[in-house]
Amino acid sequence: MAEHTEHIEHSEHIGSSGFYWLIWAILIVATVLTAWISTVDLGVFNTVVALLIATCKALIVVLFFMHVKYTSEKMTKAVLLSAVFWLLLLLILSLSDYSTRYAG
Amino acid sequence: MLEHEDRPELRHHFADVVQQRNAASLGMWWFLGTEIMFFGGMFCGYLVYRRAYFPEFAAGSRSLSLVAGTVNTAVLICSSLTVALAVRASQLGKRKLLVNLLLATMFFGVCFLGIKGYEWHDEYEHHHAPTFYFNAQDLVHNNPNLHMDPQRTKIFFSLYFALTGVHALHMIVGIGIFSVITFMAWRGKFTPEYHTPIEIAGLYWHFVDIVWIYLFPLLYLIDRRPGA
Amino acid sequence: MERKNYLNAEYGIRSWLLTTDHKRIALLYLLSITFFFFVGGFFALLIRLELLTPAGDLMTADMYNKAFTMHGQIMVFFFLIPSIPAVLGNFLIPMMIGAKDLAFPRINLLSWYIYIIAGGLYIYCLATGGVDTGWTFYTPYSSLFSNTHVVEAGLAIFIVGFSSILTGLNFVVTVHRMRAPGMTWSRLPLFVWSHYATSIIMLLGTPIIAITLLLVVLERTLNLGIFDPSRGGDPVLFQHLFWFYSHPAVYIMILPSMAVISEIVPCFSRKRVFGYTFVAASSIAIAAIGFLVWAHHMFVAGISLYSALVFSFLSFMVAIPSAVKVFNWTATMYKGSISFSTPMLYAFGFIGLFTIGGLTGLFLATLGVDVHVHDTYFVIAHFHYVMVGGAVMGYLGGIHFWWPKISGRMYPEGWGRLAALIVFLGFNLTFFPQFIVGYLGMPRRYWQYPPEFQVYNVLSTAGASILAIGYLLPMVYLLWSLRYGKLAPDNPWQATGLEWKTTSPPPTFNFDETPVVTWEAYEYETMPLPDEVTLER
Repeated sequence: MAEHTEHIEHSEHIGSSGFYWLIWAILIVATVLTAWISTVDLGVFNTVVALLIATCKALIVVLFFMHVKYTSEKMTKAVLLSAVFWLLLLLILSLSDYSTRYAG
Repeated sequence: MLEHEDRPELRHHFADVVQQRNAASLGMWWFLGTEIMFFGGMFCGYLVYRRAYFPEFAAGSRSLSLVAGTVNTAVLICSSLTVALAVRASQLGKRKLLVNLLLATMFFGVCFLGIKGYEWHDEYEHHHAPTFYFNAQDLVHNNPNLHMDPQRTKIFFSLYFALTGVHALHMIVGIGIFSVITFMAWRGKFTPEYHTPIEIAGLYWHFVDIVWIYLFPLLYLIDRRPGA
Repeated sequence: MERKNYLNAEYGIRSWLLTTDHKRIALLYLLSITFFFFVGGFFALLIRLELLTPAGDLMTADMYNKAFTMHGQIMVFFFLIPSIPAVLGNFLIPMMIGAKDLAFPRINLLSWYIYIIAGGLYIYCLATGGVDTGWTFYTPYSSLFSNTHVVEAGLAIFIVGFSSILTGLNFVVTVHRMRAPGMTWSRLPLFVWSHYATSIIMLLGTPIIAITLLLVVLERTLNLGIFDPSRGGDPVLFQHLFWFYSHPAVYIMILPSMAVISEIVPCFSRKRVFGYTFVAASSIAIAAIGFLVWAHHMFVAGISLYSALVFSFLSFMVAIPSAVKVFNWTATMYKGSISFSTPMLYAFGFIGLFTIGGLTGLFLATLGVDVHVHDTYFVIAHFHYVMVGGAVMGYLGGIHFWWPKISGRMYPEGWGRLAALIVFLGFNLTFFPQFIVGYLGMPRRYWQYPPEFQVYNVLSTAGASILAIGYLLPMVYLLWSLRYGKLAPDNPWQATGLEWKTTSPPPTFNFDETPVVTWEAYEYETMPLPDEVTLER
């Protein structure tokens, strides 16, 4: 753990500015898309599509703007996945109470 | 020990700058994990009530300005771009560019807050703010076939203000942090070897953007189908 | 003449209030939580005095509501949750892994100041009339009907949550990034593993109670209605959110105590821990499964039957890793060379009392039984067995075990053993009758009760006075030892662990040279026995 001086450049990924602009463009298009598609009648899938697009946008920000795609640190991904998983635990187990009431 | 003399930003209890940087990064990621849970509690409340009171939530959602919400989402995405470019500028040692990008980030942040403030003011004027003067009769009248309960509509607006309010607080804190960092950048404190504060502040800022990426569809796009 | 160490490195109040040394911060916490322990204890005294007689004659019902509320909130949020992590964890973790400090020393100091600010706000709440919602803040009473200082209490606990989060953050990053060369995960003391698991819970759970209390504060101040049934709000939603944290919180309170036991038992059995891997894994399992059981506090609150079944099953599951620890500690002692030092007496007490408390938890997890004993003194006895018989005994054992390292002095062993025995006897006399009277039907949070329950309450109050003496004794002799205690050698117990390889008290940066670890934890077969004199003092 002590001798790391040779690792100064080890995990610093430097993206090209063009690449970041591309990511920006994708996110803007996705935003406009999600706003527009909410006005189209897809029935129950409106919510699904909206959340799907939101999740894709979030993933793009996480992977590329926050450099998670290029990091060699396993802990970063572990922390992120744990927190998301834990939130899903709260949501799913709570909703499972509400959705099983008055059943039968 | 020589490294500690060369690198004044290296704190004494770390063996080298890489260890310090990795510790800072892991610390910020864990902090963002706690923030996911913090907002998550409100998301839980939102989900429970949306399920139970869908017509009122839909009507409340439709009363929000789609344009303002979409523009604000775009504004935050722009600010995420400038922050990512700012981190890049610091990696390349481009001080002037770095300072300008940090200023741009804060500018977009302030724009977001301005638009949000305008929306809140508008909602307050329409008596949709969950204060003592709350009155959703206009929504009830506009949606006669939904048979809305005004109390339930207040729950939508309570959660809307709680969620966007806590989000806005995080934005304000973020702008505060960036103003300190911009000052440090202007003073030349950051180099290609040491720019950890910019990286971790950037992580925080992207997270606040991601929260909004979810808030936008959940609050503004519940049911905007024609004829709804 | 005195060697330089963290205590005499610098003098003056500024050097303490602006310190970033984790050891000094641990002592700042020690003083603060001891103060709150006695404030919480004072409310316990009021409760037990009132309950001496069946009639509500010592105070009004409203006053009694405040007494049990503030007793609970202070003990949970301002004593138990910080206690071992903020005092022993802060002090020991860097040393145990061979580091000079925690990863974020300034954030460590910040966490103490956040604790102090929160504590100050709570004392203000107390002084201006207190709060009477029960420690659980159930809505809509807390959000609407109560006339007491719910907002101040809620905000204070909201703020102190951040102290907890920052402590957990520091520990996790420290364990990941600051271990000395050779200190692999499988060589970590189990104390560190347990605190790591505790920190995960602190990080992932505390934000939920933070946002929940914030919503209650907003509801009260802005009259929102999200928890008011007459306006479409849902009190059960509050309970889901509240218990999602508050159940794992009890594991925040017990895991650090288990951490201490895992260090004391091998030392005073002169044997390595039986099943190290299982004990380490059980800490993680307790943390993980502990998040899946919260609605067992809500079996009779109106949740669906299917949901209740799932949570009941999961609550049975969470007992398993705890049982693994108890078996492994016992197996460690088997054929060991046992000495009945003060820390070991506390460890014995812990193992027995925690087992009783844990088993009664299974009674409560059983749906049919819970319908009968929910909100009775059975529940109160259960959680005091695990929290006091478990967590507090572990805390006291740890304070005694590491006292030589922390202070550089030995405490008087005879008095230590006596106090441990008094605590054990007083504790059982206080809380065992509560199992019985709860099972017989005495409800909790009632300030008057049917006369047939009086005998149990009198026994309980008698026990509480004995317990109080047991708690006061260490205050006296530990303070006495600071001046008159024998000077402590580096390793009075001949214990393994890096903290015992440095001086007592340690220097500010813990080690003169960063250690390089080439041995496993708990290699007691290579250690000499402690001095006869050390144990027989």
